Amino acid sequence: MPPRTCGLCATNRAMLKRPKTGQQICRDCFFYVFETEVHNTITQSNLFKPGDRVAIGASGGKDSTVLAYVMKTLNERYQYGLDLFLLSIDEGITGYRDDSLETVKRNQQQYSMPLKILSYDELYGWTMDAIVSQVGKKNNCTFCGVFRRQALDRGAAMLGVDHIVTGHNADDIAETVLMNIMRGDIARLGRCTSICTQGEDTIKRSKPFKYAYEKEIVMYAYFKKLDYFSTECIYSPDAYRGHARVFLKDLEAARPSAIIDIIHSGEAFEIREDVKATQKVQQTCKRCGYMSSNDLCKACTLLEGLERGMANSGITDRARKKLDAESPAPENLRTIPFYQPPSSGEAAIAVETAASS
Amino acid sequence: MSSAATVSLNVEFSGGLELLFSNQRSHKLSVPALVLKTYGDTSGSSETKPADITFLIHYLRDNLLKERVELFMEGATVRPGILVLVNDTDWELEGEGEYVLKEGDEIVFISTLHGG
Repeated sequence: MPPRTCGLCATNRAMLKRPKTGQQICRDCFFYVFETEVHNTITQSNLFKPGDRVAIGASGGKDSTVLAYVMKTLNERYQYGLDLFLLSIDEGITGYRDDSLETVKRNQQQYSMPLKILSYDELYGWTMDAIVSQVGKKNNCTFCGVFRRQALDRGAAMLGVDHIVTGHNADDIAETVLMNIMRGDIARLGRCTSICTQGEDTIKRSKPFKYAYEKEIVMYAYFKKLDYFSTECIYSPDAYRGHARVFLKDLEAARPSAIIDIIHSGEAFEIREDVKATQKVQQTCKRCGYMSSNDLCKACTLLEGLERGMANSGITDRARKKLDAESPAPENLRTIPFYQPPSSGEAAIAVETAASS
Repeated sequence: MSSAATVSLNVEFSGGLELLFSNQRSHKLSVPALVLKTYGDTSGSSETKPADITFLIHYLRDNLLKERVELFMEGATVRPGILVLVNDTDWELEGEGEYVLKEGDEIVFISTLHGG
Protein backbone atom coordinates (compact mmCIF):
# COMPACT_ATOMS: atom_id res chain seq x y z
CA MET A 1 0.00 0.00 0.00
CA PRO A 2 1.30 3.49 -0.78
CA PRO A 3 1.77 5.74 2.26
CA ARG A 4 -1.28 7.88 2.92
CA THR A 5 -1.00 11.54 3.73
CA CYS A 6 -2.64 13.16 6.73
CA GLY A 7 -6.28 14.13 6.18
CA LEU A 8 -5.74 17.37 8.11
CA CYS A 9 -2.40 18.89 7.09
CA ALA A 10 -2.18 17.01 3.76
CA THR A 11 1.60 17.07 4.18
CA ASN A 12 2.84 14.43 6.60
CA ARG A 13 2.36 10.71 6.48
CA ALA A 14 -0.77 9.47 8.31
CA MET A 15 0.07 7.32 11.31
CA LEU A 16 -3.23 6.80 13.04
CA LYS A 17 -6.82 6.11 12.15
CA ARG A 18 -9.11 7.95 14.55
CA PRO A 19 -11.75 5.59 15.93
CA LYS A 20 -14.27 8.39 16.40
CA THR A 21 -14.19 9.71 12.86
CA GLY A 22 -12.23 7.24 10.75
CA GLN A 23 -9.94 10.11 9.77
CA GLN A 24 -6.33 9.22 8.93
CA ILE A 25 -3.94 11.70 10.47
CA CYS A 26 -0.27 12.31 11.23
CA ARG A 27 1.35 12.38 14.63
CA ASP A 28 1.48 16.17 15.04
CA CYS A 29 -2.11 16.70 13.90
CA PHE A 30 -3.16 13.91 16.27
CA PHE A 31 -1.56 15.69 19.24
CA TYR A 32 -3.25 18.89 18.20
CA VAL A 33 -6.76 17.48 17.72
CA PHE A 34 -6.61 15.31 20.84
CA GLU A 35 -5.54 18.22 23.05
CA THR A 36 -7.97 20.63 21.39
CA GLU A 37 -10.92 18.30 21.87
CA VAL A 38 -10.12 18.01 25.59
CA HIS A 39 -9.81 21.80 25.73
CA ASN A 40 -13.20 22.15 24.02
CA THR A 41 -14.75 19.69 26.48
CA ILE A 42 -13.35 21.77 29.34
CA THR A 43 -14.46 25.14 28.02
CA GLN A 44 -17.89 24.05 26.78
CA SER A 45 -18.71 22.65 30.22
CA ASN A 46 -17.12 25.60 32.07
CA LEU A 47 -15.23 23.14 34.26
CA PHE A 48 -12.75 25.62 35.73
CA LYS A 49 -12.31 29.25 36.59
CA PRO A 50 -9.01 31.11 37.01
CA GLY A 51 -7.42 30.56 40.40
CA ASP A 52 -9.04 27.13 40.93
CA ARG A 53 -6.97 24.60 42.81
CA VAL A 54 -7.39 21.29 40.99
CA ALA A 55 -6.23 17.84 42.06
CA ILE A 56 -5.60 15.21 39.39
CA GLY A 57 -6.53 11.78 40.73
CA ALA A 58 -3.31 9.96 39.77
CA SER A 59 -2.86 6.21 39.82
CA GLY A 60 0.22 5.92 37.63
CA GLY A 61 -1.92 4.20 34.95
CA LYS A 62 -2.29 5.37 31.36
CA ASP A 63 -5.39 7.53 31.76
CA SER A 64 -4.29 9.60 34.73
CA THR A 65 -0.73 9.92 33.42
CA VAL A 66 -1.98 11.30 30.10
CA LEU A 67 -4.51 13.48 31.96
CA ALA A 68 -1.77 15.05 34.11
CA TYR A 69 0.33 15.75 31.01
CA VAL A 70 -2.58 17.19 29.01
CA MET A 71 -3.88 19.29 31.94
CA LYS A 72 -0.43 20.80 32.40
CA THR A 73 -0.11 21.46 28.66
CA LEU A 74 -3.56 23.07 28.34
CA ASN A 75 -3.17 25.09 31.55
CA GLU A 76 -0.03 26.65 30.08
CA ARG A 77 -1.25 26.94 26.50
CA TYR A 78 -4.63 28.52 27.25
CA GLN A 79 -3.75 30.18 30.55
CA TYR A 80 -6.48 28.55 32.60
CA GLY A 81 -4.76 29.94 35.70
CA LEU A 82 -5.11 26.66 37.61
CA ASP A 83 -2.99 25.38 40.47
CA LEU A 84 -2.54 21.70 39.67
CA PHE A 85 -1.80 18.95 42.18
CA LEU A 86 -1.38 15.19 41.95
CA LEU A 87 -3.43 13.20 44.43
CA SER A 88 -2.81 9.47 44.81
CA ILE A 89 -4.48 6.92 46.99
CA ASP A 90 -2.33 4.11 48.30
CA GLU A 91 -4.68 1.18 48.84
CA GLY A 92 -1.86 -0.90 50.29
CA ILE A 93 -1.62 -3.62 47.65
CA THR A 94 1.88 -5.04 47.65
CA GLY A 95 3.29 -5.67 44.18
CA TYR A 96 0.68 -3.47 42.53
CA ARG A 97 0.03 -0.07 44.04
CA ASP A 98 3.50 0.31 45.53
CA ASP A 99 4.95 -0.05 42.00
CA SER A 100 2.41 2.24 40.38
CA LEU A 101 3.06 4.92 43.01
CA GLU A 102 6.70 4.93 41.93
CA THR A 103 5.40 6.02 38.51
CA VAL A 104 3.38 8.82 40.11
CA LYS A 105 6.49 9.99 41.98
CA ARG A 106 8.36 10.17 38.69
CA ASN A 107 5.41 12.10 37.17
CA GLN A 108 5.69 14.55 40.07
CA GLN A 109 9.27 15.28 38.98
CA GLN A 110 8.56 15.23 35.24
CA TYR A 111 5.58 17.59 35.46
CA SER A 112 6.79 19.49 38.55
CA MET A 113 3.46 19.24 40.33
CA PRO A 114 3.02 18.85 44.08
CA LEU A 115 1.98 15.33 45.07
CA LYS A 116 -0.09 14.09 48.01
CA ILE A 117 -0.35 10.38 48.71
CA LEU A 118 -3.01 9.30 51.19
CA SER A 119 -3.06 5.67 52.30
CA TYR A 120 -5.91 3.45 53.43
CA ASP A 121 -3.62 2.45 56.25
CA GLU A 122 -3.36 5.97 57.69
CA LEU A 123 -7.02 6.80 57.07
CA TYR A 124 -8.73 3.53 57.99
CA GLY A 125 -6.01 1.54 59.75
CA TRP A 126 -6.37 -1.21 57.14
CA THR A 127 -4.45 -1.90 53.94
CA MET A 128 -6.18 -3.80 51.15
CA ASP A 129 -3.72 -6.64 51.77
CA ALA A 130 -5.01 -6.86 55.36
CA ILE A 131 -8.65 -6.56 54.23
CA VAL A 132 -8.25 -9.35 51.67
CA SER A 133 -6.63 -11.57 54.28
CA GLN A 134 -9.80 -11.13 56.34
CA VAL A 135 -12.59 -11.03 53.75
CA GLY A 136 -11.04 -13.04 50.90
CA LYS A 137 -11.06 -12.05 47.25
CA LYS A 138 -14.79 -12.18 46.64
CA ASN A 139 -16.07 -8.88 48.01
CA ASN A 140 -12.87 -6.92 48.39
CA CYS A 141 -13.65 -4.60 45.45
CA THR A 142 -16.62 -3.26 47.48
CA PHE A 143 -14.25 -2.18 50.26
CA CYS A 144 -11.73 -0.76 47.85
CA GLY A 145 -14.31 1.25 45.90
CA VAL A 146 -16.02 2.75 48.95
CA PHE A 147 -12.73 3.51 50.67
CA ARG A 148 -11.16 5.05 47.58
CA ARG A 149 -14.05 7.41 46.93
CA GLN A 150 -13.91 8.78 50.45
CA ALA A 151 -10.10 8.84 50.52
CA LEU A 152 -10.02 10.98 47.35
CA ASP A 153 -12.39 13.52 48.91
CA ARG A 154 -10.40 13.58 52.13
CA GLY A 155 -7.09 13.89 50.29
CA ALA A 156 -8.58 16.74 48.27
CA ALA A 157 -9.76 18.44 51.47
CA MET A 158 -6.25 18.15 52.91
CA LEU A 159 -4.84 19.79 49.77
CA GLY A 160 -7.49 22.52 49.99
CA VAL A 161 -8.51 22.00 46.38
CA ASP A 162 -11.81 23.02 44.80
CA HIS A 163 -11.98 20.27 42.28
CA ILE A 164 -10.83 16.73 41.50
CA VAL A 165 -10.36 15.62 37.90
CA THR A 166 -10.14 11.94 37.07
CA GLY A 167 -8.94 10.06 33.99
CA HIS A 168 -12.25 8.32 33.21
CA ASN A 169 -12.40 8.03 29.43
CA ALA A 170 -15.16 7.51 26.86
CA ASP A 171 -14.78 3.73 27.02
CA ASP A 172 -15.19 3.78 30.84
CA ILE A 173 -18.34 5.88 30.59
CA ALA A 174 -19.86 3.75 27.84
CA GLU A 175 -19.16 0.68 30.00
CA THR A 176 -20.90 2.29 32.94
CA VAL A 177 -23.93 3.17 30.80
CA LEU A 178 -24.16 -0.48 29.73
CA MET A 179 -23.74 -1.74 33.29
CA ASN A 180 -26.43 0.55 34.63
CA ILE A 181 -28.82 -0.64 31.93
CA MET A 182 -28.00 -4.28 32.63
CA ARG A 183 -28.52 -3.78 36.37
CA GLY A 184 -31.67 -1.73 35.91
CA ASP A 185 -30.09 1.09 37.88
CA ILE A 186 -31.99 3.85 36.13
CA ALA A 187 -31.24 6.55 38.69
CA ARG A 188 -27.50 6.02 38.17
CA LEU A 189 -28.00 5.77 34.42
CA GLY A 190 -29.31 9.32 34.56
CA ARG A 191 -26.24 10.56 36.37
CA CYS A 192 -23.37 8.50 34.98
CA THR A 193 -22.84 10.51 31.81
CA SER A 194 -22.51 13.86 33.59
CA ILE A 195 -19.12 15.36 33.01
CA CYS A 196 -19.17 16.97 36.43
CA THR A 197 -20.76 15.88 39.70
CA GLN A 198 -21.09 17.86 42.85
CA GLY A 199 -23.09 17.10 45.96
CA GLU A 200 -23.70 19.69 48.65
CA ASP A 201 -20.81 18.64 50.81
CA THR A 202 -18.58 17.02 48.31
CA ILE A 203 -15.76 18.36 46.28
CA LYS A 204 -16.56 18.90 42.62
CA ARG A 205 -15.41 16.02 40.42
CA SER A 206 -15.09 15.97 36.69
CA LYS A 207 -13.93 13.93 33.75
CA PRO A 208 -12.16 15.96 31.08
CA PHE A 209 -11.57 12.75 29.06
CA LYS A 210 -15.28 11.99 28.89
CA TYR A 211 -15.15 12.00 25.08
CA ALA A 212 -11.59 10.70 24.67
CA TYR A 213 -11.28 7.17 23.32
CA GLU A 214 -9.05 4.76 25.18
CA LYS A 215 -7.29 3.94 21.91
CA GLU A 216 -6.31 7.59 21.46
CA ILE A 217 -5.17 7.93 25.07
CA VAL A 218 -2.89 4.92 24.67
CA MET A 219 -1.60 6.16 21.29
CA TYR A 220 -0.97 9.59 22.81
CA ALA A 221 1.02 8.04 25.65
CA TYR A 222 2.93 5.88 23.17
CA PHE A 223 3.82 8.70 20.76
CA LYS A 224 4.75 11.07 23.61
CA LYS A 225 6.66 8.26 25.35
CA LEU A 226 4.90 9.00 28.62
CA ASP A 227 5.89 6.94 31.60
CA TYR A 228 2.94 4.88 32.84
CA PHE A 229 2.32 1.70 34.75
CA SER A 230 0.17 -1.12 33.44
CA THR A 231 -0.55 -4.12 35.58
CA GLU A 232 -3.86 -5.60 36.50
CA CYS A 233 -4.80 -5.37 40.17
CA ILE A 234 -3.66 -8.59 41.82
CA TYR A 235 -6.98 -9.02 43.60
CA SER A 236 -10.08 -10.16 41.80
CA PRO A 237 -11.07 -7.66 39.15
CA ASP A 238 -14.61 -6.34 38.94
CA ALA A 239 -16.01 -9.29 36.99
CA TYR A 240 -19.23 -7.60 35.91
CA ARG A 241 -17.39 -4.60 34.49
CA GLY A 242 -15.04 -7.04 32.78
CA HIS A 243 -17.92 -8.55 30.81
CA ALA A 244 -19.24 -5.10 29.87
CA ARG A 245 -15.74 -4.16 28.75
CA VAL A 246 -15.23 -7.19 26.51
CA PHE A 247 -18.67 -6.67 25.00
CA LEU A 248 -17.90 -3.00 24.34
CA LYS A 249 -14.52 -3.81 22.73
CA ASP A 250 -16.26 -6.32 20.45
CA LEU A 251 -18.78 -3.66 19.45
CA GLU A 252 -15.99 -1.16 18.84
CA ALA A 253 -14.16 -3.64 16.62
CA ALA A 254 -17.29 -3.96 14.49
CA ARG A 255 -18.14 -0.26 14.52
CA PRO A 256 -15.75 2.20 16.17
CA SER A 257 -18.36 4.89 16.76
CA ALA A 258 -20.21 2.49 19.13
CA ILE A 259 -18.52 4.01 22.18
CA ILE A 260 -19.53 7.58 21.51
CA ASP A 261 -22.98 6.37 20.38
CA ILE A 262 -23.56 4.60 23.71
CA ILE A 263 -22.54 7.72 25.63
CA HIS A 264 -24.94 9.69 23.48
CA SER A 265 -27.73 7.21 24.26
CA GLY A 266 -26.95 7.55 27.98
CA GLU A 267 -27.11 11.33 27.75
CA ALA A 268 -30.34 11.28 25.77
CA PHE A 269 -32.29 9.14 28.24
CA GLU A 270 -34.88 11.23 29.96
CA ILE A 271 -35.25 9.93 33.49
CA ARG A 272 -38.67 10.37 35.13
CA GLU A 273 -38.61 12.62 38.17
CA ASP A 274 -39.96 9.95 40.52
CA VAL A 275 -37.19 7.58 39.39
CA LYS A 276 -34.54 10.23 39.99
CA ALA A 277 -36.01 10.78 43.44
CA THR A 278 -35.18 7.23 44.53
CA GLN A 279 -31.78 8.57 45.46
CA LYS A 280 -31.91 9.04 49.23
CA VAL A 281 -31.55 12.44 50.84
CA GLN A 282 -27.96 13.11 51.75
CA GLN A 283 -26.98 13.75 55.35
CA THR A 284 -23.70 13.54 57.17
CA CYS A 285 -22.39 10.41 58.84
CA LYS A 286 -22.91 10.54 62.61
CA ARG A 287 -19.54 8.97 63.20
CA CYS A 288 -17.13 10.57 60.74
CA GLY A 289 -18.95 13.57 59.25
CA TYR A 290 -18.66 12.38 55.66
CA MET A 291 -21.74 12.66 53.45
CA SER A 292 -24.03 9.68 53.72
CA SER A 293 -27.55 8.57 52.93
CA ASN A 294 -27.85 6.73 56.27
CA ASP A 295 -26.86 7.44 59.88
CA LEU A 296 -23.54 5.80 59.20
CA CYS A 297 -21.68 6.19 55.94
CA LYS A 298 -20.72 3.14 53.94
CA ALA A 299 -17.04 3.40 54.88
CA CYS A 300 -17.81 3.55 58.63
CA THR A 301 -20.13 0.54 58.28
CA LEU A 302 -17.49 -1.44 56.41
CA LEU A 303 -14.78 -0.41 58.86
CA GLU A 304 -16.88 -1.41 61.86
CA GLY A 305 -17.47 -4.82 60.29
CA LEU A 306 -13.74 -5.27 59.75
CA GLU A 307 -12.87 -4.14 63.26
CA ARG A 308 -15.41 -6.47 64.82
CA GLY A 309 -14.41 -9.40 62.65
CA MET A 310 -17.77 -9.38 60.85
CA ALA A 311 -16.70 -7.96 57.55
CA ASN A 312 -19.81 -8.95 55.62
CA SER A 313 -21.96 -6.64 57.73
CA GLY A 314 -21.28 -3.72 55.42
CA ILE A 315 -22.13 -5.66 52.30
CA THR A 316 -25.57 -7.12 52.94
CA ASP A 317 -28.51 -5.61 54.80
CA ARG A 318 -29.12 -8.87 56.62
CA ALA A 319 -25.61 -9.04 58.04
CA ARG A 320 -25.89 -5.38 59.01
CA LYS A 321 -29.07 -6.03 61.00
CA LYS A 322 -27.38 -8.95 62.71
CA LEU A 323 -24.47 -6.73 63.70
CA ASP A 324 -26.81 -4.07 65.08
CA ALA A 325 -28.80 -6.67 66.99
CA GLU A 326 -25.77 -8.21 68.63
CA SER A 327 -24.49 -5.13 70.39
CA PRO A 328 -23.78 -1.46 69.83
CA ALA A 329 -20.39 -0.49 68.53
CA PRO A 330 -17.78 -0.74 71.29
CA GLU A 331 -16.47 2.52 72.73
CA ASN A 332 -12.89 1.94 71.67
CA LEU A 333 -13.77 1.09 68.07
CA ARG A 334 -11.32 2.45 65.54
CA THR A 335 -13.03 5.19 63.51
CA ILE A 336 -12.20 7.41 60.57
CA PRO A 337 -10.99 10.92 61.53
CA PHE A 338 -13.82 13.48 61.42
CA TYR A 339 -14.26 14.94 57.94
CA GLN A 340 -13.79 18.66 57.48
CA PRO A 341 -15.22 19.77 54.17
CA PRO A 342 -12.83 22.13 52.44
CA SER A 343 -13.26 25.80 53.20
CA SER A 344 -11.31 26.58 50.01
CA GLY A 345 -8.13 28.53 49.77
CA GLU A 346 -5.15 27.16 51.57
CA ALA A 347 -4.05 23.58 51.95
CA ALA A 348 -4.61 22.11 55.37
CA ILE A 349 -1.34 20.28 55.15
CA ALA A 350 2.09 20.83 53.72
CA VAL A 351 2.46 19.06 50.41
CA GLU A 352 5.59 17.61 48.99
CA THR A 353 6.70 19.65 46.03
CA ALA A 354 8.96 18.59 43.24
CA ALA A 355 11.55 21.09 44.39
CA SER A 356 11.71 19.84 47.95
CA SER A 357 12.11 16.16 47.24
CA MET B 1 13.11 -15.53 -3.22
CA SER B 2 13.89 -18.96 -1.84
CA SER B 3 11.54 -20.53 0.62
CA ALA B 4 14.35 -20.72 3.20
CA ALA B 5 14.63 -16.91 3.34
CA THR B 6 13.71 -15.26 6.61
CA VAL B 7 12.59 -11.83 7.77
CA SER B 8 14.08 -10.36 10.95
CA LEU B 9 11.72 -8.39 13.13
CA ASN B 10 11.69 -6.47 16.34
CA VAL B 11 8.52 -7.27 18.27
CA GLU B 12 7.48 -5.28 21.34
CA PHE B 13 4.78 -5.86 23.90
CA SER B 14 3.50 -3.23 26.29
CA GLY B 15 0.52 -2.02 28.28
CA GLY B 16 0.65 -5.22 30.33
CA LEU B 17 0.88 -7.66 27.39
CA GLU B 18 4.54 -8.26 28.16
CA LEU B 19 3.36 -10.22 31.20
CA LEU B 20 2.13 -12.94 28.85
CA PHE B 21 5.51 -13.07 27.09
CA SER B 22 8.01 -13.93 29.84
CA ASN B 23 7.68 -10.37 31.17
CA GLN B 24 9.98 -9.25 28.38
CA ARG B 25 9.01 -6.21 26.33
CA SER B 26 11.32 -6.52 23.36
CA HIS B 27 11.88 -9.66 21.30
CA LYS B 28 14.12 -9.97 18.25
CA LEU B 29 13.09 -12.79 15.99
CA SER B 30 13.33 -14.19 12.49
CA VAL B 31 10.35 -15.69 10.77
CA PRO B 32 10.17 -17.49 7.41
CA ALA B 33 9.50 -15.12 4.51
CA LEU B 34 7.07 -17.58 2.94
CA VAL B 35 4.60 -19.47 5.05
CA LEU B 36 1.74 -21.87 4.58
CA LYS B 37 -1.50 -20.04 3.86
CA THR B 38 -3.17 -22.32 6.32
CA TYR B 39 -0.61 -21.89 9.10
CA GLY B 40 -2.19 -22.92 12.35
CA ASP B 41 -4.86 -25.23 10.93
CA THR B 42 -4.49 -28.83 9.92
CA SER B 43 -6.06 -28.85 6.47
CA GLY B 44 -2.78 -30.08 4.97
CA SER B 45 -2.82 -27.62 2.07
CA SER B 46 0.64 -26.68 0.84
CA GLU B 47 -0.20 -23.28 -0.67
CA THR B 48 2.11 -20.54 0.56
CA LYS B 49 1.89 -16.79 1.09
CA PRO B 50 4.41 -14.11 2.13
CA ALA B 51 4.53 -13.87 5.94
CA ASP B 52 2.02 -11.27 7.13
CA ILE B 53 0.87 -10.01 10.53
CA THR B 54 -1.87 -12.64 10.77
CA PHE B 55 0.88 -15.24 10.46
CA LEU B 56 3.02 -13.38 13.01
CA ILE B 57 0.18 -13.36 15.56
CA HIS B 58 -0.16 -17.14 15.27
CA TYR B 59 3.60 -17.57 15.31
CA LEU B 60 3.88 -15.53 18.52
CA ARG B 61 1.12 -17.59 20.08
CA ASP B 62 2.90 -20.83 19.21
CA ASN B 63 6.45 -19.78 19.99
CA LEU B 64 6.61 -16.97 22.54
CA LEU B 65 3.34 -16.81 24.43
CA LYS B 66 3.68 -18.29 27.89
CA GLU B 67 0.18 -18.13 29.29
CA ARG B 68 -3.48 -17.27 28.82
CA VAL B 69 -3.88 -17.24 25.05
CA GLU B 70 -7.39 -15.78 25.47
CA LEU B 71 -5.83 -12.49 26.63
CA PHE B 72 -3.85 -12.23 23.38
CA MET B 73 -6.04 -13.72 20.66
CA GLU B 74 -9.68 -13.99 19.76
CA GLY B 75 -10.51 -15.96 16.62
CA ALA B 76 -7.73 -15.54 14.07
CA THR B 77 -6.57 -12.11 15.24
CA VAL B 78 -5.59 -10.16 18.36
CA ARG B 79 -8.18 -9.68 21.05
CA PRO B 80 -10.21 -6.46 20.64
CA GLY B 81 -8.55 -3.75 22.73
CA ILE B 82 -5.02 -4.62 21.64
CA LEU B 83 -3.43 -1.96 19.45
CA VAL B 84 -0.93 -2.98 16.80
CA LEU B 85 1.65 -0.61 15.33
CA VAL B 86 3.82 -1.24 12.29
CA ASN B 87 6.93 0.94 12.45
CA ASP B 88 4.97 3.33 14.69
CA THR B 89 1.95 3.47 12.38
CA ASP B 90 -1.49 2.21 13.36
CA TRP B 91 -1.92 -1.16 11.62
CA GLU B 92 -5.42 -0.06 10.57
CA LEU B 93 -3.62 2.10 7.98
CA GLU B 94 -1.41 -0.78 6.86
CA GLY B 95 -3.96 -3.42 5.97
CA GLU B 96 -4.10 -4.94 9.48
CA GLY B 97 -3.42 -8.70 9.34
CA GLU B 98 -2.68 -8.62 5.64
CA TYR B 99 0.34 -6.37 6.02
CA VAL B 100 3.34 -8.26 4.59
CA LEU B 101 6.31 -8.28 6.94
CA LYS B 102 9.52 -6.65 5.74
CA GLU B 103 13.10 -7.01 6.88
CA GLY B 104 13.76 -4.89 9.97
CA ASP B 105 10.09 -4.09 10.72
CA GLU B 106 9.17 -3.11 14.24
CA ILE B 107 5.80 -4.49 15.31
CA VAL B 108 4.37 -3.23 18.61
CA PHE B 109 1.44 -4.76 20.47
CA ILE B 110 -0.12 -2.61 23.21
CA SER B 111 -2.92 -3.71 25.47
CA THR B 112 -5.40 -0.97 26.33
CA LEU B 113 -7.27 -3.19 28.72
CA HIS B 114 -5.31 -2.61 31.89
CA GLY B 115 -6.86 -0.21 34.30
CA GLY B 116 -5.30 2.39 36.49
